This record gives sequence, structure tokens and C-alpha cells, in this order.
Amino acid sequence: MIRKLLAFLGFKAVRLASLMFAISLISFMLVQNSPIDPVQAYVGADAVRVSPEQRAQIAAYWGLEKPPLERFVIWSSALLQGDMGTSMIYRQPVEEVIGERFLNSAALMGVSWLLSGIIGFIAGVVAAMKKDTWIDRCIQWYCYTLASTPAFWLGLLLLMIFAVWLGWFPVGLGVPAGVLADEVTMADRIRHLILPALTLSVVGISNIALHTRQKLVDVLESDYVLFARARGETGFRLFWRHGLRNIALPAVSLQFASFSELFGGAVLAEQVFSYPGLGQAAVDAGLRGDVPLLLGIVLFSALFVFTGNLIADLLYRFIDPRIRKAGVR
Amino acid sequence: MCKLEVENLSVSFSHYDRGLRQQMVEVIHGLSLSIKAGQIVAVVGSSGSGKSLLAHAIMGILPGNAVMAGRICYGGETLNAQRQATLRGKEMALVPQSVNYLDPLMRVGQQVRIPGADQVQAAQQRNLFERYGLEPGVEQLYPFQLSGGMARRVLLSTATLSGASLIIADEPTPGLHHEAARETLLHFRELADEGRSILLITHDIESALTVADKVAVFYAGTTVEIAAAEDFAGHGERLRHPYSRALWNALPQNQFQPIPGAQPLPGQLPDGCVFAPRCPAASAECSEIKPDMRKLRGGMVRCIHAS
Repeated sequence: MIRKLLAFLGFKAVRLASLMFAISLISFMLVQNSPIDPVQAYVGADAVRVSPEQRAQIAAYWGLEKPPLERFVIWSSALLQGDMGTSMIYRQPVEEVIGERFLNSAALMGVSWLLSGIIGFIAGVVAAMKKDTWIDRCIQWYCYTLASTPAFWLGLLLLMIFAVWLGWFPVGLGVPAGVLADEVTMADRIRHLILPALTLSVVGISNIALHTRQKLVDVLESDYVLFARARGETGFRLFWRHGLRNIALPAVSLQFASFSELFGGAVLAEQVFSYPGLGQAAVDAGLRGDVPLLLGIVLFSALFVFTGNLIADLLYRFIDPRIRKAGVR
Repeated sequence: MCKLEVENLSVSFSHYDRGLRQQMVEVIHGLSLSIKAGQIVAVVGSSGSGKSLLAHAIMGILPGNAVMAGRICYGGETLNAQRQATLRGKEMALVPQSVNYLDPLMRVGQQVRIPGADQVQAAQQRNLFERYGLEPGVEQLYPFQLSGGMARRVLLSTATLSGASLIIADEPTPGLHHEAARETLLHFRELADEGRSILLITHDIESALTVADKVAVFYAGTTVEIAAAEDFAGHGERLRHPYSRALWNALPQNQFQPIPGAQPLPGQLPDGCVFAPRCPAASAECSEIKPDMRKLRGGMVRCIHAS
């Protein structure tokens, strides 16, 4: 068991290494061929006061005149030593920016991930148990409608209703404006978190609800549920004994595998709510040509999505007895 | 008195035929049979004759688009959906066909015990496993780890443990080698000898005959003959229906003689006798009138020519 786990993790580590290498190479090449001028991005608004000689000096200091391959080697070996460079717009090491921004995003994504998972799962179960009744139709209608709703549009809608018209929540940002960092309370943070988290989770519900519904419908039509009914099991007890057991694992795995949608959604939601998370930093870095930060975020998000998929995989392999015990007999 | 009586049972399915036109297809029609306490009645017929549906109809677990007509009596009392729901798993138990009927993610022992089981039941379950030659470790296994024979004995344990007095076994032997099949059937005989009634649904007439008291021959969704097990002997001279005789004579150890043609599909049944198109003795009359079940020489037959 332990040996199998180690072998599996070793295999996954190799996969991760090759994935990270491929991603860093491809994104480096993309940035290399993009119209971003790193020197221009660095000097920014000071452009008029910086002479062409000074620009050339900056370029020489960064080694911009070297061939791309050599620069890639320099950048990636620094990366391997844990040095991701300095963010040009934040004037801070990239790993610090990512760390700080990710904490904010983690709160947002974590809350909406849990909410959408739990609500979506329950909605899916209810729809399947009450298949073809009005409850089922309502839940399905809701899911299909929201599945085709862009996250940013929903965010704007919520912002208009709850922040602008009703004034229940702040319009944006992660903390109140004009308040010293020491004086920001937990309640403030939570108040700023609610609308973006709601936006993200409302969109995330559809996926898990529809999947759970279909899975449970299949389970309820299976031979073993027929047999359970023949043995006198009905209603909630039947669901508890046979339904939940057979749909929980796929649902949890799906939820872990949806890290990529979660991250993508967070980018949009953070942008709408000016929430200072990693997604917003990614957009800023892209728009303002902050190459080290952009590359750093690309690599970090790849790692994040990979972790989600890895957990989903692990769950199946080491919890489902059919896979866990296969070949042990 | 009969434990179970099925009278004139029919089961139809509604389904959509080309677009939105709803159609009813009758899969079982005019089926009658009865079982006394301590008896094994074998329902034999080829695949696709609607045998499993008979089991599901008696248990009341037909799918939602099925419509049932006729009368099912249990212990002298007519069964309705509500009554079936109370009796299911307590008075009536089903022994299903295969390991697919076990929850793939639940340990076998836990599954055999009825939910909310107490220690007494756990002990009974262990005794049963021992009686059926299942090792103590088996209760910790998952269904996919069972062999075909073990699965069959586990499924049988569920019925025995429930203490039901009517056990409906749906194809309990296919896929088992000869010895294991024989053993499974002997377990049913034991249960019958304890006073339970057993409806044995199978296509394996040969092994069914080793334990059954009565045999109901099933063809195209209905019973064509009900005969004592002893009637299946020699060249089938004592059998009443030409299909029963054909079935018997098609066995390798008898004449190994197939009859041409195939069983008609539900919804495409002939107007008269369902067997008429394949019957060697069919007359013009046979393709016009649907024969009724009638008593003949201590059995029942659905044939106008039988004597």
C-alpha cells in the first residue's frame, strides 16, 4: 500500500517536472515574441526622463542583448534556485507578491469552492431523488441557466443590486479604503469577500449539481439499487446506504479537478470587484507588461491546477476499494 | 392452500415509438401459476421470454413505465403496491442473477445484514456464511473480489437471512460450473424442505428438474404448460404442450433436436396461439384462436390439441 503510494507519487513528480518545464519554455517563448518591451515596462511613466543611453544600460544590465535560449537558461536556473525575479509593477520579489495575493485569493476560492461543492451536491441529490418533479425541473433550469452565464456578468449584476442599489456590501476591494492596515478587522475582510465569493460559487454550482444528479440517477437505476428495493429499503435510508456511498467519491474528485475553472473564474470575479487577489495580479501583469510576475503566476497556477488533479487522482486510487484492492485478491 | 397464486398476470411497457407516439407493448400476458408451501416451482423458458419481469412483478419493483394487470395473491391475500412494499425483504425475498446486484462499494457482510442490524443478526449472518461454505474473511470483501460461486452464495444468504417464506430466485445458476450449480440448487431444496416456497426462474431446465416439484414452461411472455417434474422423462410423451416437448427434446442428452424458427418478440405476437408458427402440429384453427389455459392430466396446458 505504502509502496504503491510512493511509486504513484514518484510517477506524478516526474509528470509535474516535465509539465513545469514545458510550461516555462512555452510561456517564455510567447513572452519573448510578444510586443512587450521590458525596458519600457520598467521605466513606465518615467519614460520621458530616461535617455536612450540609460535604456541601453538597463537592457545590458538585464542581459537583453543575449540570445533568447541563453536568457531562458539564466531565467530557469534562477527559478530552480527559488529566485523568480522582481515584479516591475509592485517592486517586490515575485514570490512575495504571489504569496500575498494568493492568500487573498485562497480565501475567496476556498469559500466559494466549499459553498459550490456543498450546495451543488445537495441540489444534485435532491434533483435526482425527485427526478421528473417540479423540484428537479427547477434545479435543472437553474443549472443550465447559470452554466451559460458568464461569471463577470453575474458579478456585475450582484454588484449593482447588492452594493450599489441596496448598499449592503462594499463596492469593491479587499479591505475598506482609507483605513490603516492594522485597523482592518476580520469582519471588514469578510464583508468584502461575500459578493465575489457568491459570484464564484453560484457559477460553480451547476457543474457539480448536474454531475451529481446524473450520477445518482444512474445509481438509482442500477441493479444493486433494484435489489436493495427488493429487500425493502426505501427513501432516505436507501440513499444513505447505497446512493451516497456511490456518488460521493466522484463528486469530490470532480470538485478537486475543477481547480482550473475555479482559478479562471477567480480572475474574472476579482477583476470585477477589484479584489486584490492573484487573478487581478495576473491581469495587471499582463496588461502592464510585468514579465517576471506574469511568468511566475503562470507557473504557480499550473502548479495549483496540477495539485487539484493530483488530489482527485489520489482519492480514486486510494479510497475506491475497486482500484485500491485490484490485484490484491 | 397456496402460498403464492398468480392469475392472468400481464405486464406492459409504454414506450415512445417514432417521435411522440406512445405505444404499449405487452411483455407478459395471461400468466398463471401457483406455489404451495415447501414447494419449488421452476419457471423455465428461453432468454427474452419475460421471466425476470415475472419476479419483479411479484416483488412490486417493476420500472415506472410498466403497467401490471391481473391478480397476485400471497397467503390468500391480494397483493397491492402497498402490501408488496411491506412484505418486500421480510416475507418475500429475491435472489438476483449476478454480483451486479450487490453494492460495489459496500463490504459483503455489511450488505447481507439488513440495515440497522444488531449483534444477533451479525451472528446469524456468520452462521449462514459458514453453512454455505463461505470463509469468515469473505464478509470483509467487496463484491468485485468474489468469485461467481461465492457471489451466488452471498446473494442466497441475503434471502435466507431475511427469513422470507417466499424466495424468488432469478437465474441463480448460469455461469457456475456444474458442481457449484448443483450445490446452489440443493441449498434451495433445503430451504423448501424447511417449509419455504421457492420460485426458481431459469433457462436451465435440466438442472432445475433435479430439485423442482413443478415446472411452468414459459414461452413468449406466457405459460404454455404447468407440469410435474416427473413428466419430463423419456421423449417427453407425458408432456402436454408441443413447446415443452421441443424444449425437452432439444437437450443434448435427449434427442439434441432443435426446432426451426425463433420466439416472437413482444409486440409482434401472432394472432392465435403464440407457438403456432413453429408448431409441428399446428392446424388452421391454431393461428385464429388464442387458446386458454386448461387442466389436463394433473397439469395445465395452453393448447387446443393437447390430450
